[in-house]
Amino acid sequence: MDSGIQISDILIVTAIMFFIGVYGFVTRKNLIAVMMALELIINAAAINFIMINKLVFKTNLHGVFFGLFIIAVAAVEVAIGLVIILNLYRLRDSIDPEEITTLKH
Amino acid sequence: MTERIIFYILAFIMIVLSLMSVTTTKIVRAAIYLLGVLMGTAGLFFLFNLNFLGAIQLTVYAGGIMVLIVIAILLTHNVGFGLPMPDRRHMLLGWFAAAVGITVAFLEFTRHIFVIGTENLDDRVAKIGADMLHYGEGGFVLPFEVISILLLTGIIAAIVIAKGGIPHKRPTPPSSKQS
Repeated sequence: MDSGIQISDILIVTAIMFFIGVYGFVTRKNLIAVMMALELIINAAAINFIMINKLVFKTNLHGVFFGLFIIAVAAVEVAIGLVIILNLYRLRDSIDPEEITTLKH
Repeated sequence: MTERIIFYILAFIMIVLSLMSVTTTKIVRAAIYLLGVLMGTAGLFFLFNLNFLGAIQLTVYAGGIMVLIVIAILLTHNVGFGLPMPDRRHMLLGWFAAAVGITVAFLEFTRHIFVIGTENLDDRVAKIGADMLHYGEGGFVLPFEVISILLLTGIIAAIVIAKGGIPHKRPTPPSSKQS
């Protein structure tokens, strides 16, 4: 390989990013902060798709397309999620995930 | 060798900034650290000559999503809002889960032998565009259209939800007026 960067190096970096995101996802007490941790997870997954296509399976561009689609879906997901959070804030004056029990009966 | 050094610097920046993003107690700082992680990812793509993906990462993630998140923070918190620290038990359990996951991934990735393809990947922007709109074998026109419909429904749903008007208190029943 020309650049000397192994695929396992990239996979380890993205795995560390992914599990840091998991840590933030389970410990944060604020819905926007939870969503930011979710962005870390999605970003790590997209890097894996793209880099495996670039460095290992080089016959076609399928991983690049999946990376592009993941980025587009992440944009939609963040937009909808933030709109729901803003509406919850308007209704409940709080975005603590422990207090959001509107749909619970 | 230079690329290796740049890669390690980028990886260090990305890991440190993502750690700071999930552990800081100021929510605006968490957003800015996340912006750093996403820009480091774009730098990784540029390092591997994936210029189109790097540009997409910068415009959609660092440009679009981060602006959305920062605006949502500004609409719901004071700028100096401090996030509460997680209690000790949750923190220990979270770090334990993350450490187990990282250990398993590390063992698997270092032991697995990847069969590296020998041919050159044709990743020109023209090839990406042609394959994306190609409807024959290996074409991605159907997911492309599905994603565009998903974006449209996302925009409509965002407008409908953000417009509000969701009643959270029941109106008084009309029978009470007559009595």
